[in-house]
Amino acid sequence: MQDNEQVRAGPIRRFLRWFFSPAKTVAWGAIAIVFFAGGVIFWGGFNWSLEATNTEPFCTTCHEMKENVFVEYRNTVHYSNRTGVRASCPDCHVPKEWGHKMVRKIQASNELLHKALGTIDTPEKFNAHRLELAKSVWRAMKTTDSRECRNCHKFDFMDYAAQEPRASKIHQTALTQGKTCIDCHQGIAHRLPPKAKESYAEMLATIDQVGPVQRAIDFLQGADVAKAKAAQ
Amino acid sequence: MRSRSLLAAVALAMAVALAGLLPGEAQDKSAAVKPLRELPLAEEAAPPDITRQSVPAGGFERAYRQQPPLIPHKVEGYQVSVDNNACMSCHDWPGNTKVGAPKISETHYVDRQGVRLDKVAGTRYFCQQCHVPQADAKPLVSNVFQNATQAK
Repeated sequence: MQDNEQVRAGPIRRFLRWFFSPAKTVAWGAIAIVFFAGGVIFWGGFNWSLEATNTEPFCTTCHEMKENVFVEYRNTVHYSNRTGVRASCPDCHVPKEWGHKMVRKIQASNELLHKALGTIDTPEKFNAHRLELAKSVWRAMKTTDSRECRNCHKFDFMDYAAQEPRASKIHQTALTQGKTCIDCHQGIAHRLPPKAKESYAEMLATIDQVGPVQRAIDFLQGADVAKAKAAQ
Repeated sequence: MRSRSLLAAVALAMAVALAGLLPGEAQDKSAAVKPLRELPLAEEAAPPDITRQSVPAGGFERAYRQQPPLIPHKVEGYQVSVDNNACMSCHDWPGNTKVGAPKISETHYVDRQGVRLDKVAGTRYFCQQCHVPQADAKPLVSNVFQNATQAK
Protein backbone atom coordinates (compact mmCIF):
# COMPACT_ATOMS: atom_id res chain seq x y z
CA MET A 1 0.00 0.00 0.00
CA GLN A 2 2.77 2.36 1.03
CA ASP A 3 4.75 1.48 -2.10
CA ASN A 4 1.75 2.04 -4.31
CA GLU A 5 1.27 5.53 -2.84
CA GLN A 6 4.88 6.45 -3.57
CA VAL A 7 4.59 5.27 -7.14
CA ARG A 8 1.47 7.35 -7.64
CA ALA A 9 3.01 10.60 -6.27
CA GLY A 10 3.83 13.04 -9.06
CA PRO A 11 7.29 14.65 -9.61
CA ILE A 12 6.24 17.94 -7.95
CA ARG A 13 4.96 16.21 -4.85
CA ARG A 14 8.13 14.10 -4.68
CA PHE A 15 10.29 17.19 -5.03
CA LEU A 16 8.40 18.98 -2.28
CA ARG A 17 8.69 15.95 -0.01
CA TRP A 18 12.44 15.86 -0.62
CA PHE A 19 12.73 19.63 -0.22
CA PHE A 20 11.07 19.75 3.18
CA SER A 21 12.67 16.64 4.64
CA PRO A 22 15.69 17.35 6.90
CA ALA A 23 19.22 16.72 5.68
CA LYS A 24 20.52 13.72 7.49
CA THR A 25 24.00 13.00 6.22
CA VAL A 26 25.27 16.38 4.96
CA ALA A 27 27.63 18.44 7.12
CA TRP A 28 26.67 22.02 8.03
CA GLY A 29 29.97 23.10 6.48
CA ALA A 30 29.02 21.53 3.16
CA ILE A 31 25.67 23.31 3.24
CA ALA A 32 27.39 26.61 4.06
CA ILE A 33 29.82 26.19 1.16
CA VAL A 34 27.00 25.35 -1.25
CA PHE A 35 24.99 28.37 -0.11
CA PHE A 36 28.01 30.67 -0.36
CA ALA A 37 28.88 29.47 -3.85
CA GLY A 38 25.23 29.67 -4.89
CA GLY A 39 25.01 33.21 -3.56
CA VAL A 40 28.11 34.26 -5.48
CA ILE A 41 26.82 32.71 -8.68
CA PHE A 42 23.31 34.09 -8.42
CA TRP A 43 24.22 37.58 -7.24
CA GLY A 44 27.12 37.78 -9.67
CA GLY A 45 24.90 36.59 -12.49
CA PHE A 46 22.22 39.08 -11.55
CA ASN A 47 24.65 41.96 -11.47
CA TRP A 48 26.35 40.77 -14.64
CA SER A 49 23.09 40.73 -16.56
CA LEU A 50 22.20 44.12 -15.11
CA GLU A 51 25.48 45.50 -16.43
CA ALA A 52 25.22 43.68 -19.75
CA THR A 53 21.88 45.37 -20.40
CA ASN A 54 23.35 48.72 -19.41
CA THR A 55 25.58 49.30 -22.43
CA GLU A 56 25.33 51.19 -25.70
CA PRO A 57 25.74 48.00 -27.80
CA PHE A 58 22.81 46.46 -25.92
CA CYS A 59 20.58 49.53 -26.38
CA THR A 60 21.29 49.61 -30.10
CA THR A 61 20.33 45.98 -30.62
CA CYS A 62 16.79 47.34 -30.91
CA HIS A 63 16.29 49.05 -34.26
CA GLU A 64 13.93 51.51 -32.53
CA MET A 65 16.97 52.94 -30.78
CA LYS A 66 19.57 52.31 -33.45
CA GLU A 67 17.74 53.99 -36.33
CA ASN A 68 16.26 56.95 -34.47
CA VAL A 69 17.80 58.31 -31.30
CA PHE A 70 21.19 56.67 -31.73
CA VAL A 71 21.70 58.13 -35.21
CA GLU A 72 20.85 61.59 -33.88
CA TYR A 73 23.14 61.15 -30.89
CA ARG A 74 26.09 60.24 -33.14
CA ASN A 75 26.36 63.86 -34.29
CA THR A 76 26.63 65.27 -30.79
CA VAL A 77 29.42 66.09 -28.40
CA HIS A 78 28.50 63.25 -26.04
CA TYR A 79 29.24 60.72 -28.78
CA SER A 80 32.48 62.07 -30.17
CA ASN A 81 34.59 64.99 -29.06
CA ARG A 82 38.07 66.41 -28.63
CA THR A 83 39.17 64.25 -25.69
CA GLY A 84 37.28 61.04 -26.46
CA VAL A 85 35.51 61.00 -23.08
CA ARG A 86 31.98 59.84 -23.79
CA ALA A 87 28.57 59.60 -22.23
CA SER A 88 26.73 56.67 -23.77
CA CYS A 89 23.00 55.80 -23.47
CA PRO A 90 22.91 54.47 -19.87
CA ASP A 91 25.14 57.27 -18.55
CA CYS A 92 22.26 59.70 -19.11
CA HIS A 93 19.23 57.44 -18.98
CA VAL A 94 19.97 55.01 -16.13
CA PRO A 95 20.79 56.25 -12.61
CA LYS A 96 24.14 55.21 -11.16
CA GLU A 97 22.91 54.76 -7.61
CA TRP A 98 21.82 51.15 -6.99
CA GLY A 99 18.30 51.65 -5.69
CA HIS A 100 17.34 54.20 -8.31
CA LYS A 101 18.95 52.05 -10.95
CA MET A 102 16.82 49.05 -9.92
CA VAL A 103 13.66 51.13 -10.12
CA ARG A 104 14.63 52.38 -13.59
CA LYS A 105 15.39 48.82 -14.68
CA ILE A 106 11.94 47.69 -13.53
CA GLN A 107 10.39 50.67 -15.33
CA ALA A 108 12.06 49.35 -18.47
CA SER A 109 9.56 46.49 -18.52
CA ASN A 110 7.15 49.06 -19.96
CA GLU A 111 9.65 49.61 -22.76
CA LEU A 112 9.76 45.85 -23.38
CA LEU A 113 5.96 45.81 -23.60
CA HIS A 114 5.98 48.56 -26.23
CA LYS A 115 8.80 46.82 -28.06
CA ALA A 116 6.52 43.78 -28.30
CA LEU A 117 3.54 45.93 -29.32
CA GLY A 118 5.66 47.71 -31.95
CA THR A 119 4.56 51.14 -30.72
CA ILE A 120 7.57 52.96 -32.20
CA ASP A 121 8.91 50.44 -34.69
CA THR A 122 9.06 52.78 -37.70
CA PRO A 123 10.61 56.27 -37.93
CA GLU A 124 7.12 57.64 -38.62
CA LYS A 125 5.69 56.03 -35.50
CA PHE A 126 8.72 57.13 -33.49
CA ASN A 127 8.30 60.74 -34.59
CA ALA A 128 4.60 60.59 -33.81
CA HIS A 129 5.51 59.66 -30.23
CA ARG A 130 8.58 61.89 -29.97
CA LEU A 131 6.85 64.61 -27.97
CA GLU A 132 5.45 62.13 -25.45
CA LEU A 133 8.84 60.40 -25.11
CA ALA A 134 10.70 63.68 -24.72
CA LYS A 135 8.26 64.98 -22.11
CA SER A 136 8.67 61.81 -20.07
CA VAL A 137 12.47 62.13 -20.05
CA TRP A 138 12.32 65.89 -19.40
CA ARG A 139 10.03 65.30 -16.44
CA ALA A 140 12.33 62.63 -14.99
CA MET A 141 15.36 64.91 -15.33
CA LYS A 142 13.58 67.98 -13.99
CA THR A 143 12.19 66.22 -10.90
CA THR A 144 15.52 64.58 -10.04
CA ASP A 145 17.49 67.82 -10.52
CA SER A 146 19.17 66.34 -13.63
CA ARG A 147 20.83 63.71 -11.47
CA GLU A 148 22.33 61.76 -14.36
CA CYS A 149 23.83 64.92 -15.92
CA ARG A 150 25.41 65.75 -12.62
CA ASN A 151 27.27 62.46 -12.43
CA CYS A 152 29.73 64.41 -14.60
CA HIS A 153 28.59 68.05 -14.73
CA LYS A 154 28.59 69.55 -11.25
CA PHE A 155 27.97 73.22 -10.55
CA ASP A 156 30.39 73.01 -7.60
CA PHE A 157 33.32 72.15 -9.82
CA MET A 158 32.59 74.38 -12.79
CA ASP A 159 35.38 76.83 -13.52
CA TYR A 160 33.35 79.83 -14.67
CA ALA A 161 36.52 81.67 -15.66
CA ALA A 162 37.31 78.97 -18.20
CA GLN A 163 33.86 79.13 -19.76
CA GLU A 164 32.80 81.24 -22.71
CA PRO A 165 31.65 84.63 -21.29
CA ARG A 166 28.04 83.99 -22.26
CA ALA A 167 27.99 80.49 -20.76
CA SER A 168 29.73 81.67 -17.60
CA LYS A 169 27.12 84.37 -16.97
CA ILE A 170 24.13 82.14 -17.64
CA HIS A 171 25.46 79.21 -15.56
CA GLN A 172 25.96 81.45 -12.54
CA THR A 173 22.48 82.90 -12.94
CA ALA A 174 21.08 79.37 -13.23
CA LEU A 175 22.87 78.33 -10.05
CA THR A 176 21.45 81.22 -8.02
CA GLN A 177 17.96 80.70 -9.44
CA GLY A 178 18.02 76.98 -8.59
CA LYS A 179 17.65 75.90 -12.19
CA THR A 180 18.60 72.46 -13.37
CA CYS A 181 20.48 71.34 -16.50
CA ILE A 182 17.44 70.23 -18.51
CA ASP A 183 15.76 73.64 -18.07
CA CYS A 184 18.03 74.97 -20.82
CA HIS A 185 19.82 71.98 -22.34
CA GLN A 186 17.03 70.14 -24.11
CA GLY A 187 17.78 68.28 -27.31
CA ILE A 188 21.54 68.19 -26.75
CA ALA A 189 21.70 64.53 -27.74
CA HIS A 190 18.55 63.90 -29.78
CA ARG A 191 16.28 65.67 -32.23
CA LEU A 192 13.74 67.88 -30.49
CA PRO A 193 10.00 67.39 -30.88
CA PRO A 194 8.19 70.25 -32.66
CA LYS A 195 7.84 73.44 -30.61
CA ALA A 196 10.18 72.15 -27.92
CA LYS A 197 10.23 75.31 -25.75
CA GLU A 198 6.44 75.48 -25.56
CA SER A 199 6.22 71.74 -24.92
CA TYR A 200 8.75 72.01 -22.10
CA ALA A 201 6.72 74.81 -20.50
CA GLU A 202 3.61 72.65 -20.84
CA MET A 203 5.43 69.75 -19.16
CA LEU A 204 6.40 72.06 -16.27
CA ALA A 205 2.85 73.29 -15.87
CA THR A 206 1.49 69.75 -15.58
CA ILE A 207 4.43 68.26 -13.69
CA ASP A 208 2.33 67.16 -10.70
CA GLN A 209 -0.63 65.88 -12.69
CA VAL A 210 0.32 62.20 -12.86
CA GLY A 211 -1.30 58.88 -12.11
CA PRO A 212 -0.63 56.61 -9.10
CA VAL A 213 2.00 54.51 -10.90
CA GLN A 214 4.09 57.55 -11.83
CA ARG A 215 3.61 58.84 -8.29
CA ALA A 216 5.04 55.58 -6.94
CA ILE A 217 7.95 55.78 -9.40
CA ASP A 218 8.59 59.39 -8.36
CA PHE A 219 8.73 58.29 -4.71
CA LEU A 220 11.10 55.41 -5.41
CA GLN A 221 13.30 57.55 -7.67
CA GLY A 222 13.58 60.21 -4.99
CA ALA A 223 11.98 62.71 -7.38
CA ASP A 224 11.13 66.05 -5.82
CA VAL A 225 8.03 67.09 -7.75
CA ALA A 226 7.06 69.79 -5.26
CA LYS A 227 10.43 71.50 -5.65
CA ALA A 228 10.24 71.26 -9.44
CA LYS A 229 6.75 72.73 -9.30
CA ALA A 230 7.86 75.56 -7.01
CA ALA A 231 10.91 76.43 -9.13
CA GLN A 232 8.78 77.71 -12.00
CA MET B 1 55.69 90.52 -110.38
CA ARG B 2 58.78 91.30 -108.31
CA SER B 3 56.82 93.39 -105.83
CA ARG B 4 54.29 90.56 -105.38
CA SER B 5 56.98 87.99 -104.57
CA LEU B 6 58.57 90.51 -102.17
CA LEU B 7 55.21 90.91 -100.44
CA ALA B 8 54.85 87.14 -100.17
CA ALA B 9 58.36 86.87 -98.72
CA VAL B 10 57.64 89.57 -96.16
CA ALA B 11 54.34 87.91 -95.21
CA LEU B 12 56.08 84.56 -94.81
CA ALA B 13 58.79 86.12 -92.67
CA MET B 14 56.19 87.76 -90.45
CA ALA B 15 54.24 84.51 -90.11
CA VAL B 16 57.40 82.64 -89.06
CA ALA B 17 58.30 85.38 -86.62
CA LEU B 18 54.78 85.34 -85.12
CA ALA B 19 54.76 81.57 -84.88
CA GLY B 20 58.04 81.78 -82.99
CA LEU B 21 56.77 84.57 -80.75
CA LEU B 22 53.35 83.22 -79.78
CA PRO B 23 54.28 80.23 -77.63
CA GLY B 24 56.81 82.34 -75.79
CA GLU B 25 54.19 84.96 -74.97
CA ALA B 26 51.74 82.28 -73.72
CA GLN B 27 54.44 80.87 -71.46
CA ASP B 28 55.11 84.31 -70.00
CA LYS B 29 51.44 84.78 -69.19
CA SER B 30 51.07 81.40 -67.45
CA ALA B 31 54.10 82.25 -65.33
CA ALA B 32 52.51 85.56 -64.29
CA VAL B 33 49.19 84.02 -63.13
CA LYS B 34 49.58 82.41 -59.72
CA PRO B 35 46.81 79.86 -59.26
CA LEU B 36 45.38 79.03 -55.81
CA ARG B 37 46.28 75.44 -56.54
CA GLU B 38 50.04 75.49 -56.26
CA LEU B 39 50.63 71.86 -57.12
CA PRO B 40 50.18 70.18 -60.51
CA LEU B 41 46.72 68.72 -61.08
CA ALA B 42 47.85 65.15 -60.59
CA GLU B 43 49.26 65.78 -57.12
CA GLU B 44 47.21 66.01 -53.99
CA ALA B 45 48.01 68.83 -51.59
CA ALA B 46 48.17 68.36 -47.82
CA PRO B 47 44.96 69.56 -46.17
CA PRO B 48 45.17 73.05 -44.65
CA ASP B 49 45.36 73.41 -40.86
CA ILE B 50 41.98 73.33 -39.17
CA THR B 51 41.07 76.80 -37.99
CA ARG B 52 39.14 76.82 -34.75
CA GLN B 53 36.27 79.18 -34.17
CA SER B 54 37.20 82.47 -32.50
CA VAL B 55 35.01 83.44 -29.57
CA PRO B 56 35.93 87.03 -28.69
CA ALA B 57 34.23 88.62 -25.68
CA GLY B 58 33.09 91.75 -27.48
CA GLY B 59 31.98 90.21 -30.76
CA PHE B 60 33.26 91.06 -34.23
CA GLU B 61 33.27 94.34 -36.11
CA ARG B 62 31.36 94.50 -39.37
CA ALA B 63 33.55 94.82 -42.44
CA TYR B 64 30.93 96.85 -44.32
CA ARG B 65 27.53 98.38 -43.64
CA GLN B 66 25.27 95.64 -45.00
CA GLN B 67 27.28 92.74 -43.61
CA PRO B 68 25.18 90.31 -41.57
CA PRO B 69 26.78 90.39 -38.09
CA LEU B 70 28.98 87.39 -37.31
CA ILE B 71 28.18 84.95 -34.51
CA PRO B 72 30.56 85.44 -31.54
CA HIS B 73 29.67 82.18 -29.79
CA LYS B 74 29.56 78.47 -30.54
CA VAL B 75 26.49 77.25 -32.40
CA GLU B 76 27.51 73.63 -32.81
CA GLY B 77 24.54 71.37 -32.16
CA TYR B 78 21.94 74.15 -32.33
CA GLN B 79 18.84 72.72 -33.94
CA VAL B 80 17.36 74.90 -36.65
CA SER B 81 14.71 72.91 -38.47
CA VAL B 82 11.07 73.18 -39.41
CA ASP B 83 10.26 72.08 -35.84
CA ASN B 84 12.53 74.35 -33.82
CA ASN B 85 14.86 77.31 -34.16
CA ALA B 86 17.41 77.34 -31.38
CA CYS B 87 18.68 80.84 -32.27
CA MET B 88 15.23 82.31 -31.75
CA SER B 89 15.09 81.16 -28.13
CA CYS B 90 17.51 84.00 -27.30
CA HIS B 91 17.47 86.40 -30.26
CA ASP B 92 13.71 86.80 -30.68
CA TRP B 93 11.79 89.48 -28.80
CA PRO B 94 10.85 89.39 -25.93
CA GLY B 95 13.10 86.45 -24.94
CA ASN B 96 16.21 88.43 -25.83
CA THR B 97 15.62 90.91 -23.00
CA LYS B 98 15.86 88.11 -20.40
CA VAL B 99 19.27 86.91 -21.52
CA GLY B 100 20.63 90.20 -22.83
CA ALA B 101 21.09 88.93 -26.38
CA PRO B 102 20.82 91.25 -29.41
CA LYS B 103 17.39 91.13 -31.03
CA ILE B 104 17.25 90.15 -34.69
CA SER B 105 16.73 93.09 -37.03
CA GLU B 106 13.19 94.42 -37.47
CA THR B 107 13.56 93.72 -41.20
CA HIS B 108 13.53 90.03 -40.30
CA TYR B 109 9.92 90.25 -39.14
CA VAL B 110 8.71 91.44 -42.55
CA ASP B 111 7.75 88.88 -45.15
CA ARG B 112 8.21 89.03 -48.89
CA GLN B 113 4.93 90.93 -49.39
CA GLY B 114 5.92 93.54 -46.81
CA VAL B 115 3.54 92.23 -44.15
CA ARG B 116 4.79 92.69 -40.57
CA LEU B 117 4.79 89.46 -38.58
CA ASP B 118 5.12 88.56 -34.91
CA LYS B 119 7.59 85.76 -35.63
CA VAL B 120 10.70 85.69 -37.76
CA ALA B 121 9.75 85.64 -41.45
CA GLY B 122 10.11 82.39 -43.36
CA THR B 123 12.52 84.08 -45.76
CA ARG B 124 14.83 84.87 -42.82
CA TYR B 125 14.32 81.64 -40.92
CA PHE B 126 17.63 79.89 -41.54
CA CYS B 127 20.00 82.18 -39.65
CA GLN B 128 23.22 80.56 -40.80
CA GLN B 129 22.54 81.25 -44.44
CA CYS B 130 23.86 84.75 -43.70
CA HIS B 131 25.17 84.83 -40.13
CA VAL B 132 28.18 82.62 -39.61
CA PRO B 133 30.58 81.82 -36.79
CA GLN B 134 33.97 83.38 -37.42
CA ALA B 135 37.43 81.87 -37.31
CA ASP B 136 40.62 83.90 -37.45
CA ALA B 137 41.23 82.77 -41.04
CA LYS B 138 43.51 84.78 -43.28
CA PRO B 139 42.18 85.66 -46.76
CA LEU B 140 43.21 83.11 -49.39
CA VAL B 141 44.11 85.94 -51.78
CA SER B 142 45.41 89.22 -50.40
CA ASN B 143 43.20 92.14 -51.41
CA VAL B 144 42.77 95.83 -50.82
CA PHE B 145 39.06 95.85 -50.01
CA GLN B 146 37.75 99.04 -48.46
CA ASN B 147 34.16 99.54 -47.45
CA ALA B 148 32.20 102.54 -48.75
CA THR B 149 32.84 104.61 -45.63
CA GLN B 150 36.59 104.03 -45.73
CA ALA B 151 36.77 104.64 -49.48
CA LYS B 152 35.17 108.08 -49.25
